[in-house]
Amino acid sequence: MGRLGSIVAMVPGDSGVEQTPVAAGLDPDSAEWLRGLADVGPRREAALARLHEMLLRIAQGEARRRGPRLQLTGPELDDLAYQAAADALIAITGKLGQFRGESRFTTWAYKFAIFEVSAKIGRHFWRHPSVPLDAEDWDRLPGRFGFDPAQEAEWRDLLAALRRAVDEVLTVRQRRVFVALVLNGVPLDTLVIEMASNRNAIYKTMFDARRKLRAALAANGYLSDDCSRRS
Amino acid sequence: MTGRSELDRFLRTDPRDVGCAQAMEMLHIYAELAAAGDPVEERYPGIAAHLRACGPCGEDFDGLLTASRDEAG
Repeated sequence: MGRLGSIVAMVPGDSGVEQTPVAAGLDPDSAEWLRGLADVGPRREAALARLHEMLLRIAQGEARRRGPRLQLTGPELDDLAYQAAADALIAITGKLGQFRGESRFTTWAYKFAIFEVSAKIGRHFWRHPSVPLDAEDWDRLPGRFGFDPAQEAEWRDLLAALRRAVDEVLTVRQRRVFVALVLNGVPLDTLVIEMASNRNAIYKTMFDARRKLRAALAANGYLSDDCSRRS
Repeated sequence: MTGRSELDRFLRTDPRDVGCAQAMEMLHIYAELAAAGDPVEERYPGIAAHLRACGPCGEDFDGLLTASRDEAG
């Protein structure tokens, strides 16, 4: 309760619910959550404690789900989940007025816990990178796409063309994002921190880079020349 | 050739892709409908296209769907 107390102390006092009256048609459970969190005194504290307990359960479950692939275990993973739950609680209480009842309140709240787990994992790999974030080892490229070393004669020209296209058609920023994400395998959420950006902006940069690279390879006959419509 | 098809798949972009910001904004709605068996890929093709292409958002969607199902069960 001591840890929760310090978190609750950071929770905004004004829930923001007042500007958004509980919508008619809201399911009873969601309406109850909003009433509790908009309340004052012990009832609000009880609602915050219940919300924190739920967020911690979700964050721990998500951290356990992702942990094995990330080689994160034990106290490090637990700590990550606690931090994610605490930050999710603060984010949710600051945005209660934005809940529009388009889903259950709990699903909306889970989303914050999941996002915070992602952000914490991104920060973890920023602090402990497995390769230098600005490294540029082109020998990694075949492995990234599963090219068989025994059949190098079949793909050598394709990857040489890809490398030329990276150098010739991408902007400096697009090239940096491509090298980090593709060559170095830097997680996108880690690159977000490194470049002081956001997920949407990095994704859009990579989206544009992918489109330009495919067009360049298609124009030179390395890939089929159909338009990129459906996956 | 696995590598060639994997590279081709990676470089393909879907013009319907809504990007991370819109997908993240809608993810709770999309996940709840998906958990209920709603044909979300038809209803929200731009979000579906994004979740197929964006590793981090796809991972968040998997996590949210898992959490929703675990908590409901």
